[in-house]
Amino acid sequence: MKIELTVDGAAVSDDVEPRMLLVQYLREKLGKTGTVIGCDTSNCGACTVHLDGTSVKSCNVLAVQAGGRTVTTIEGLADTVEGDLHPVQESFRECHGLQCGFCTPGMIMQAVDLLKENPNPSEEEVRLGMEGNLCRCTGYHNIVKSVLHAAGGGAA
Amino acid sequence: MTATQERPAAEIGKDRRRKEDQRLITGRTRWTDNITLPGMLHLAMVRSPFAHAAITSIDVEAAKAATNVVAVLTGRDFGDELGACINAWPITPDQKTPPHSPMPADRVAFAGEIVAVVVARSAAEARDAAELVDVEYDEQPAVLGIKNALEDSVLAHPDLGTNKSALWVFDSSEAGTGGDVEAAIQQARTDGIVIEREYRQQRLIPAFMEPRSVVVDPTGEQLTMWSATQIPHILRFALAATTGVPESKIRVIAPDVGGGFGGKLQTTPEEWIAWAVARRLSKPVKYTETRSESLVSAHHGRDQVQTLSLAADKDGKVTGLKVHLDADLGAYVSLVGGGIPVLGAFMFNAIYKFPSYRFECQTVLTNSTWTDAYRGAGRPEATYAVERLMDELAAEVGVDPLVIRERNWITHEEFPFTTVAGLEYDSGNYEAATARAKEVFGYDALRAEQGERRARGDRVQLGIGVSTFTEMCGLAPSRVLGSLDYGAGGWEHASVRLLATGKVEVVTGTSAHGQGHETAFSQIVADRLGVPFEDVEVLHGDTQVAHRGLDTYGSRSLVVGGEALVQAVDKVIDKARHLASHLLEASQDDLDYGGGRFTVRGTDQGIAIQELATATFTGHNYPEDMELSIDAEATYDPVNFNYPHGTHLCAMEVDTETGAVTMRKYTCCDDIGNIINPLIVAGQVHGGLVQGIAQALWEEAVHDDAGTLVTGSFVDYLLPTSADTISFDVLHTEEPSVCTTNTLGTKGVGEAGTIASTPAVVNAVVDAVRHLGVDDIQMPCTPERVWRAIHAHDGDAPTPESAMPHFEEDAPNQDPTAGQGAGQ
Repeated sequence: MKIELTVDGAAVSDDVEPRMLLVQYLREKLGKTGTVIGCDTSNCGACTVHLDGTSVKSCNVLAVQAGGRTVTTIEGLADTVEGDLHPVQESFRECHGLQCGFCTPGMIMQAVDLLKENPNPSEEEVRLGMEGNLCRCTGYHNIVKSVLHAAGGGAA
Repeated sequence: MTATQERPAAEIGKDRRRKEDQRLITGRTRWTDNITLPGMLHLAMVRSPFAHAAITSIDVEAAKAATNVVAVLTGRDFGDELGACINAWPITPDQKTPPHSPMPADRVAFAGEIVAVVVARSAAEARDAAELVDVEYDEQPAVLGIKNALEDSVLAHPDLGTNKSALWVFDSSEAGTGGDVEAAIQQARTDGIVIEREYRQQRLIPAFMEPRSVVVDPTGEQLTMWSATQIPHILRFALAATTGVPESKIRVIAPDVGGGFGGKLQTTPEEWIAWAVARRLSKPVKYTETRSESLVSAHHGRDQVQTLSLAADKDGKVTGLKVHLDADLGAYVSLVGGGIPVLGAFMFNAIYKFPSYRFECQTVLTNSTWTDAYRGAGRPEATYAVERLMDELAAEVGVDPLVIRERNWITHEEFPFTTVAGLEYDSGNYEAATARAKEVFGYDALRAEQGERRARGDRVQLGIGVSTFTEMCGLAPSRVLGSLDYGAGGWEHASVRLLATGKVEVVTGTSAHGQGHETAFSQIVADRLGVPFEDVEVLHGDTQVAHRGLDTYGSRSLVVGGEALVQAVDKVIDKARHLASHLLEASQDDLDYGGGRFTVRGTDQGIAIQELATATFTGHNYPEDMELSIDAEATYDPVNFNYPHGTHLCAMEVDTETGAVTMRKYTCCDDIGNIINPLIVAGQVHGGLVQGIAQALWEEAVHDDAGTLVTGSFVDYLLPTSADTISFDVLHTEEPSVCTTNTLGTKGVGEAGTIASTPAVVNAVVDAVRHLGVDDIQMPCTPERVWRAIHAHDGDAPTPESAMPHFEEDAPNQDPTAGQGAGQ
C-alpha cells in the first residue's frame, strides 16, 4: 500500500506491506534508527514517537495508519542535532537521566507529551505518567528527576 | 595548543555531565541492529518448543521455496566450522561439561534451543519462512528444578550419567584460615544458638533493554563481527579458538550496547551461527532477537537453593557458618557457569569476623535456559544469605539487627584484615557508614513509630531492614584467577596517544555499555596529564582499535582499566620529560610537571604537553637518544580485589490484610573509596538498587513442568516501572576508606546497589510481620506469599484447593505456579 505522511518535518511516501509496523517503517524504510525496538508486546515503550503530537508506541501502530498524519521522532524533536536541544533532552543530560541510552528516545518522547498534558506534575504524577516506559539502568530515580527538572524550566 | 591554557579545578570528583549523552538523547546512535550493509541477509532462528527431545527429522523444503529465502541450514549442514560454545571456568578438574553445539543436530536440551536457521533478504521474510520449517521431535523426559535434578532419576544429558556437574568446597580448617565449623556448630547446640535455614535464590533474567543483535561481514581481509556484547575481546578469542579462523583475521566491534548487567557477558549460539552462515554464504548477515527470544535464550541468573547453618554463642557472637549451595546451571555450562556461585564462596562471611567457615557448591544440569552472570554474580546470593541470617540471629538474641552486626563486624582499626575465606580486606569503616546511614534514614524515629504501630495493632505494619554488605570487585588479580582454574587473566590494557594538534586519544580495553567510561576516563586523563577534559577522546569496544583488553564486568572497568590508564599517562609524562628537557635546554632534574606543563624550576620557562606532541609530529628537533613519540601504553594486573562496603536501610509497609508491600524509604551509605564522578556513581547505585529490589519483590523466571518458560515476555516477567519505585537517599562516607592497592584509591560501584538491596528489602518485610510469627518469606515477596506467611499459624488456613480459581485440566493459559511453593 502506498502511504504519504510527514516525518520529522519532511514529506515522505512509500509502498509498504499492510502488516508493516510504524516502527519498522521508521527504521527500515526511512533509516530513523534513533527510534528503537525493545520488546514485542508493547510493554517497554522504547519505540515511543509522537503521532499528530501525541505519544504512541510505534510498535502498536501500523505504518498505513500513519498515512496522512504527522510523525515526530527523537531525531526531529530538536531543530538541530548539534545545537539547540529540546528542554527535555537537555534535562535528561543535566540530571543524568540515562545510562546505556537505549530506552532514552522513548522516555524523552513520553516525557514531552506528559509535560504538554501536565506542565507542573508532582513526582507521583511523573511516576504514573512514565509507567509505560521501561528502563533497566537508572532505577528511574534520575529519569523522574529529569522530567521534574524540565517541568521546572530547568530550575528544579 | 597554547602554553598558557588555564587549568580548571581538579576533574576527579567533579559531577561532569556525560560526553556520551549528546548522541544518545538525539537518537544519533549506532546499536548493532542499526547497522545495514550492502547485500546484507537476515537470519531467523527455528527454536525447539520442547525442553528435552531428540530431533528425528527436519524438513526445510517449504521454507527454502519461500520467496526471497536464500538458505535454510541445520546442525547437520555444518561440521566443525560451526564451532562450539565454551566454558572458560571448569570449577573442578572432574566437572561434567556436556558438549554445547550452537545448533545441535540430534538432540535439544532446553525449550528455546536453536535447531535451524533461515536466511532471507529481509528479517520479516526470514521469520515467515521459519514458520515453514517442519521439525519432528521425539520428546524425552525433562528434568527441571534443582531438587529434582539432584535425584538423578531423570537426566538432562543422559550420556553424562548424572545431573551433578561439579562440587566445589572450601573449608577454613583445611585452608588454615579458620577453625572447624562442625565443632563450632556442636558447641553452639549445647550452649549457644544455631540458626538453620534454607533460602531460595529464584531464577532471574538480566533483561537488558537492547535485545541482542549480531552483524557479521565476511567481505574484506578481516572478518568483522558487530555484536551487542560486553566482551568483544573474549568473543574474538573464542571465535578464533573454536572456529579455526586465525585471531588476526577477526575484528570484533561492540558499538553502542544497550545495557548488559552480566547478561551480555556470554559467547552465544546466535553469534556463532551468524558467523558460520556469513562465512558459508560469503555475504553479510544480521540477526536481531525478539524480546521473547531474548528472555528464553539469553542466559538467566541466580537460581540457587542455599542450606545454611549459623552457629553463635548466647550473646550472638558468631562462631561458625556452614553453607551448602545447590546451583542450577541450566542445560549447559555457560562461559563462566559454575564459577558464578563460586564467586560467592568468598563473601558469605561478609564484613564479619567468623572464626570458622565451610562452603560447598554443587552445580546441577537441568533442561532449562542456561545460567551465568547477572549483576553481582554470586555475591548478591551470598550477601542475601548472611544478612538474612544476621537478622534471624538478632531476633533470637533479642537485640536490634544493627547491634548484632556491630558485635561481629571487623572494626576500622583492624584493617588490613585477613578473612576466614582467605581474602585480605585492605580497608573499610563499617562504623562510619552505618552511623551516617542511620542518621539520614532517621533510624531511631522509625523504630519508635514501628513500636507504636505494633502496639496499636495497625492493619499496615512498618518494618525496617538492614543490610551491611561488602563485596570483592575489580576482577581480578590474574594469578588468583589462575589458582581458581579460570581460563583467562584479569589484567587490563590502556594506551594514550598525543595527536599532532594536541588532542589526546585514550584507548581502553574495557567495553562500556552505559557506564559512562568516556566521561570518567576523560576526567582521570585530564587530571593526570593536565589537559582539558574536552580534549580527551576515549576509544573502546573495537578489537582493531583496542587490540588488548578483557572488557567490562565484575565492577572492574574503573579499578582495573582506570589504573592501566593512569600508568600509561605516567609513561607519557616520563617520555615527554626527556623531550622537554631537550627543548628547554634544562636538566630533567630541574623540570616540574603540573597543569599540563613542564616548567624549569626557578625560571618562567616552560612548555605544554600539547606543544611536545606537536614537536613529535614535526620531528624537527629532538634528542638523539629518543624514539620520536611520547605515546605510551600500559597493562595493569591488580594485586588484590577491592572491597567496597556500605550500610543500606529500608523501610517497608506491609498491609497485613492483603499482603501488599510498599516501600516507604531507602537510605544507603556506600564507602567506595575515592569518587571520580559523583553523578555517574549515583546513577550506578540507583540502577543497582532497583535491580536488587526487583529480586526481593517482583522478578522470577518460571518454567512450567514441561520446561516451557512461562515468563517469556515483558507481560509475564515483571520488570519494575517508575510507578513501582521510589526516589532514594544515596550517601557516601565523608572520609572514605580508600583502596590501598590502586593509585586512584577507587573501589568498584557497578554492582554494589544490587548486592546490598535485596536482603535489606526482605529483612524489612519480615521485620514488619515478625511479631505475627513470621521468620521468612520466599522471594519475590508477592502479596500472596506475604499473606500466606502471616496466616500460616493463625488458623486462617490457606484457601482450600476446591475454592481456588479452578481451570479446566490441561486448558491453555493457566497459571502453572498456582498453589506451588518453594524448591521449584
